[in-house]
Amino acid sequence: MSDFKTKVTAVNEVVIIETEGYLNNEGGQMVYDICIDKMASGSRKFLLNLNGTKVVNSIGVSIIIEVIEKLQEVEGKLGYYNMAPIVEKTFHIMGLSKYSSLYKTEELALLEF
Amino acid sequence: MNSPTVELKLPILPNMELVATQTADIIAKHMHLSEDQSGEITMALIETCINAFEHSKAGNNIFIHFIIEESSLVIKVIDQGIGFDKSKVAIPKIENKIGKDERKRGWGLQLIQALMDSVEFESTDSGTTVTMTKNK
Repeated sequence: MSDFKTKVTAVNEVVIIETEGYLNNEGGQMVYDICIDKMASGSRKFLLNLNGTKVVNSIGVSIIIEVIEKLQEVEGKLGYYNMAPIVEKTFHIMGLSKYSSLYKTEELALLEF
Repeated sequence: MNSPTVELKLPILPNMELVATQTADIIAKHMHLSEDQSGEITMALIETCINAFEHSKAGNNIFIHFIIEESSLVIKVIDQGIGFDKSKVAIPKIENKIGKDERKRGWGLQLIQALMDSVEFESTDSGTTVTMTKNK
């Protein structure tokens, strides 16, 4: 059983997924399932508020890559904010910053979304 | 005199890598490592443990030695798995994964090497030892 939790809200057309806990395979799959579900109902812009996620693993982040891939198919967009320094560094090393956007705060993210 | 060493024995169970990271966090504080250094050790340790779990047979354990040296922290992660040939592990690139059939996983070694100051692998068909060093 995963301790990973999510809270989903929306600001205008942007779906905001707030995460809490370890982003491992189960956490990544939870985020993926939410995005796929929302995409099916027409959402195209997604932001992850990672304030409550201080650790990740590459399997969980690989599932986020799958979300990016799905969003590319529908010209959608994914971004992240409130990232712990090591989470941000991990996303950079894995190259996610080339295909999605990293922001310091929700305000800055929403300005560009 | 031998360097102070903390030893852990982890069963192959979900999320056991977090037991290792909590230990590493306490040791990093003891050594006055920075938050960034501590985070890098955490991430590298998670990836090394996951690899060790995946290469191990069910019922085995993995062993972690944290060796506290004057100017560095040396971490050895030892598994009794099937071993692997590092030269056959391709360096992943996201360009080759997005929109392609290539599996999205396979980032562990790249992350470990990017986050630690040095990494050495010794692998045979009876197990692998990964030795990682973070300098103070």
